Amino acid sequence: MKPIGSSLSTHERLDATFAALADPTRRAILARLAVGEATVTELAAPFDMSQPAVSKHLKVLERAGLISRGRDAQRRPCRLEPRPLKDATDWLENYRRLWEERYQALDVLLDDLTTEEQKQQERRQEGQRGA
Amino acid sequence: MTTPGDTAIVMTRSFDAPRRLAFDAWTKPELLVRWYGARGWSLVVCEVDLRVGGAWRFVQRGPGGTEMGQSGLYREIVPPERLVYTEVFDNQSYPGESLVTHVFTAAGGRTTVSSTVVYPSKEARDIVLAYPMRRGVAESFVRLDEVLTAQMQGDTA
Repeated sequence: MKPIGSSLSTHERLDATFAALADPTRRAILARLAVGEATVTELAAPFDMSQPAVSKHLKVLERAGLISRGRDAQRRPCRLEPRPLKDATDWLENYRRLWEERYQALDVLLDDLTTEEQKQQERRQEGQRGA
Repeated sequence: MTTPGDTAIVMTRSFDAPRRLAFDAWTKPELLVRWYGARGWSLVVCEVDLRVGGAWRFVQRGPGGTEMGQSGLYREIVPPERLVYTEVFDNQSYPGESLVTHVFTAAGGRTTVSSTVVYPSKEARDIVLAYPMRRGVAESFVRLDEVLTAQMQGDTA
């Protein structure tokens, strides 16, 4: 299992995404932006936090590509960028699916074993009745 | 599936079978070979020395004959409740070993298996998480090759 040379940037992108998501304030900001774009002032309102503190979080989200800022120099509204979030969930989903395939094979096996055991038990009971 | 902390992956799944059978499925080679492969990979070597300090070794063979080996030592064996072992892949690109813990919980004739893998580092976990994706891509190329070959044969026929 060698690291995937060509996808190193993918790794770095995922690192940035997960690091950005590892904070409750930033997740709350993303949840708010999922409803529609908002300015820093609007985003700061529900949090007990200064605007510079919120701006710091926004910079992390922007670096991770999770949000973009509008061109309007005064308002610079923030917008959710869905792509990195989708990449992150796809990545987890792929691992989950590999195991789900294994687990489905295990479902079949356990079903076989349960049936085998029941048959054995029935045979034993018949044997006892016959004796 | 969750990824608590920086180095762990936790997966939980419920099975319609008593705990004893689920535990057997994880520890008996003749049963492991019947389910552990996935996505065109099958278990061609499955050695289990089921005692504390005993070794285990799996080799999976995939599309094009590619082989992938993994092995480790059993740390805790409490049938049918708990199984803990170390795990190292033959060609792993990160140092150190992982620690795998399976907890089997019985409820109403069903068994819930909670599997926790703690990797030696965050990088190791991320590489492992990325791996099935790469494997999936490789396999889809193999399938694509098959389709293309079949079509080419159809064209010449």
